[in-house]
Amino acid sequence: MGMTITEKILSRASGGSHVKPGDVAVVDVETAVLMDMTFLPEGWREVLKLHDKSKVAIVFDHLVPAPTIQAAMAQRAGRLFAEKFGIERLHDVGPDQGIAHAVVADRGYALPGTVLVNGDSHTCAAGAFNCAARGVGGPDMLFAITTGTTWFRVGETIRYDFTGKLRPGVSAKDIFLFIAGEYGAHVNQNIEYGGPGMSSISLNGRRTLATMGTELSAEFVIFEPDDALLDYMHRVNPGATMHPTLPDADAVYKERRTIDLGSLEPLVALPDAVVNNSVKISAVAGQKIDQAFVGSCANGTLDDMAVVAKVLAGRKVAKGTRFIVTPGTQAIFRAALKAGYIETIMEAGAVVTPATCGACIGGHMGLLGPDEVCITASTRNFKGRMGDPSARIFMGSPATVAASALAGAITHPGAFFEGDAA
Amino acid sequence: MSGNNMLSGKVWKFGDNINTDLMLPGPYLFRGEAEQAGAVFMNHRPGWLAEMKPGDAIIGGFNYGMGSSRPAARSLRNCGVGFLLAESINGLFLRNCVNYGFRAFECPGVTQAFEEGDRAELIIEEWTVRNARTGQALAVSKLPKMLLDMMLGGGIFPMLEAQGLIALKTAG
Repeated sequence: MGMTITEKILSRASGGSHVKPGDVAVVDVETAVLMDMTFLPEGWREVLKLHDKSKVAIVFDHLVPAPTIQAAMAQRAGRLFAEKFGIERLHDVGPDQGIAHAVVADRGYALPGTVLVNGDSHTCAAGAFNCAARGVGGPDMLFAITTGTTWFRVGETIRYDFTGKLRPGVSAKDIFLFIAGEYGAHVNQNIEYGGPGMSSISLNGRRTLATMGTELSAEFVIFEPDDALLDYMHRVNPGATMHPTLPDADAVYKERRTIDLGSLEPLVALPDAVVNNSVKISAVAGQKIDQAFVGSCANGTLDDMAVVAKVLAGRKVAKGTRFIVTPGTQAIFRAALKAGYIETIMEAGAVVTPATCGACIGGHMGLLGPDEVCITASTRNFKGRMGDPSARIFMGSPATVAASALAGAITHPGAFFEGDAA
Repeated sequence: MSGNNMLSGKVWKFGDNINTDLMLPGPYLFRGEAEQAGAVFMNHRPGWLAEMKPGDAIIGGFNYGMGSSRPAARSLRNCGVGFLLAESINGLFLRNCVNYGFRAFECPGVTQAFEEGDRAELIIEEWTVRNARTGQALAVSKLPKMLLDMMLGGGIFPMLEAQGLIALKTAG
């Protein structure tokens, strides 16, 4: 019986056994990414023996630079841990810092065909790189770095085949909102993305889509490898051992679904839930907003900065509307600066912040007050997520958010892309 | 039903897609364990913590524990919830139930079988739960032995401590 990509990677990582849905697979961890929250005194323990320091990366992202003493203590614990074991991949506050999943993408830490874990739920972001990546709990991270292994309950796989190509002004976020609205949650299931249209989605777009797999409650979210992926990986992580993995021709899927990318349009998720909550923009157009946000592990890519700049160019954010833009990493921030995007965004009146989870987690900046309305291109719109529980959070693509920021109300971004080549 | 291995708890019902932000609100992420345990469902169901008693049971619907990796399972354990049964449990939340030694199991049909205030009697060894009011018994989905042992053994920390891989006390 043939295997899906997830089953093949987990089989390989468990020493060649043939894992199947329903199994609990104990697998070797190729990459363990520790973030600042993992080092909180409440959850962290002093490590006595490390399995392999070369498999560990440390990235501070949730509360950076530290806004509280607790956050500062967590980061100090991380530094001391890196020093004690000589861990080289330490992404501390400075030029190499960023949101962990985005740093992993920038640096090519997610190796195709291998297993990666991180104590943050959006770790399936690395599935864009054909990597079996899964968010786990804090204690799982201690387990992984001390034993070199972890476990997964193996689920069934839903396969999505993309055909065609997105129209201008429609983005990977809209693919996600379509899937979330049409198919809802994928609890205990893996998602596999491929098909003839897959390669038309940029690597950054695939990152958005893979990251948002968490919001579908999926286990693993994995893209097929293609030339664009392998070229990128060889460029940013030369010499790394990779095992690009395609599904078997006779892989068994729970269900197979085809999506014509050319048929999709911009969508918005209504407040309080991401799944089964997508509507056409016309259903909410004109809804006044107090704040707009583009950022997070899902939408802090250079592509996202480019599209925000394109929409804002030569225009002004509406009076009374706050527009916050957070690049995913400091490296992306610098690239966006060199490309002129940051200047365009700031000239329009938006605020650009250092790379951190920030407003997406209702962290140390950009919180919403009572009854405020926000439209966000980030990961979640849960009640209370970005501030006061009475605030309402709509979710859309970076283009939709930027267009809405200009109008001060939810707005279809189509007008900004008229005449663009499909 | 035999006595010693039976967990008996008053039932509190929660619905589908209960997310971890509701159990452990963002503003409490960097607070201590005790403060976090005092914030469970504070926005979702204000006053519930004062009403529930140690050993009580949560019955959830579909996809219980969706959302982030935050240690919401630890908060449920710390605020005294005896066990949780749900139609289905989010994979990451289940991991944290194993990690922190909080008893949580999938039990298809459990939402229909219990009303709020009923008493649920769970016997893990037999993978059954019974409604004390109606007498109805339901099958609880089995958890693989490796995971059950970790869950009932107090989670990952005691295991790594026993193997000499981590120190007994927190660092820093």
